Amino acid sequence: MSDGNKDVSVPEIQVRDLYKSFGDNEVLRGIDLEIGQGEVVCVIGPSGSGKSTLLRCVNLLEEPTKGQVLVGGTEVTHPDVDIDEVRRRIGMVFQQFNLFPHLTVTENLTLPQRRVLKRDKAEAARVAAANLERVGLTEKADAYPSSLSGGQQQRVAIARALAMGPEVMLFDEPTSALDPELVGDVLAVMRRLANEGMTMMVVTHEMTFAREVADRVVFMDGGVIVEDGTPAQVISNPSHERTRHFLSRLLDPAMADVEEEPDDRI
Amino acid sequence: MTETATKEVQPRKQGLSRTQKRALSRGAQYALFVVAVVALAASADWARLKNQFAQADLARQMFPDIITLALKNTILYTLSGFVFGLVLGMVIALMRLSPVGPYRWVAGIYIEIFRGLPALLIFIFVGVAVPLAFPGTEIPGGTYGKVALALGLVSAAYMAETIRAGIQAVPKGQMEAARSLGFSHARAMVSIIIPQAFRIVIPPLTNELVLLFKDSSLVLFLGVTLEERELAKYGRDLASQTANSTPILVAGLCYLLVTVPLGFVVRRLETKAGEATR
Repeated sequence: MSDGNKDVSVPEIQVRDLYKSFGDNEVLRGIDLEIGQGEVVCVIGPSGSGKSTLLRCVNLLEEPTKGQVLVGGTEVTHPDVDIDEVRRRIGMVFQQFNLFPHLTVTENLTLPQRRVLKRDKAEAARVAAANLERVGLTEKADAYPSSLSGGQQQRVAIARALAMGPEVMLFDEPTSALDPELVGDVLAVMRRLANEGMTMMVVTHEMTFAREVADRVVFMDGGVIVEDGTPAQVISNPSHERTRHFLSRLLDPAMADVEEEPDDRI
Repeated sequence: MTETATKEVQPRKQGLSRTQKRALSRGAQYALFVVAVVALAASADWARLKNQFAQADLARQMFPDIITLALKNTILYTLSGFVFGLVLGMVIALMRLSPVGPYRWVAGIYIEIFRGLPALLIFIFVGVAVPLAFPGTEIPGGTYGKVALALGLVSAAYMAETIRAGIQAVPKGQMEAARSLGFSHARAMVSIIIPQAFRIVIPPLTNELVLLFKDSSLVLFLGVTLEERELAKYGRDLASQTANSTPILVAGLCYLLVTVPLGFVVRRLETKAGEATR
């Protein structure tokens, strides 16, 4: 689905030996991960496995206890780095959308451009309109977030991140807070973005999306990466028992503990 | 037929039903109210009351000065105190939320002291103690400056706590979203968090305005010139001049003229805020 002329040789995101603790609770225990330019990587795993924390460490919303994160060659974790400058290049989409409720949809897109990128009014409005069209919500330009459905709000949130012209997009369970019938629209926008060559790191439970769109799937459990490979390897033919157990519970909750035997079928 | 059927299902004990009891209790409350009002009206000396409180010509004499001078001054004192208090309160609220310990402590101590003291004492401090302690220093703006300072110092403590609560009521994700877009902490506060916090605190701040409006009467204790008198002082002066209480009543009505509509506005804002946060 997302093959093309992607140059995977230059890593856009590099995570080296990353540790993160909240008090005594060690959430990340030595993560090494590279994501190439234009690559789409889905991070899956049970809740509490540390996948969201890993994602939030990439743009330093969480400060790692130890280890390095590099984005586009800049060491995000370096004490002297201008974190605001780095974050401009990293788009982030949250589970709870986090649109600014006191601003209209268009203002949600223009205010960050104006305040952070110092774009003039006309330029910001032009970029906002272009990105709203990209997510198919041109007609909601003057609406307030509270009048939109969850799926629409999430698409506006994606447009808001894109309007900043990021090199990388981080998605933190972007469809987990949505009603099932609204998930498809958001995934369609993300799929289009992947096809356009955006570098994407996606924490998700959407296995169909991971299977069809991701170049790589990373399975995390207990703060470490258990398995890292193509969707075919990790989802369809997992080599670790923990991965198999997680997937069987996710794909068919009712059958959770029936299939204890390794299954060789693909 | 049906009647006997229901009786069989619900055998009623002797005495009153629940509805009957409720009607009786409500009737008793109405009766008590009427008796109290009649007793009060009958015991009052209406002629005397009218003479003391409702002298029509006296009331007429107060116009237009009571509006153009006294009410105008009351409003000026209130607004200047409110603006000063709002600015100071904002600063103290941000200090209270600061990661720097000493800022938090200073703000906390300020709030505890000024919330704990009667406004009257602050007025005496500003009007008497400060000029005595620092001879030669003049609070800019004369009486207006002193009132703004005194009212502002008191209201800042309350407003700081209100604003702090408002800022903390803005969901954490708002700051995270702003930061992830490249806003600095300060810029995110100014552009994203504080505008939302203010929406939340407009009703309690309006309430504070009502309180300040009444507290402006404490100017009485600063010693003001004729031109600087506000409603309470104006009413009291006139009352002692004429040995009649009508001016007090008229001044009181002037307060209500402002506070009742403001109270109505507060309730409207609270309902609207309640709807918005659903």
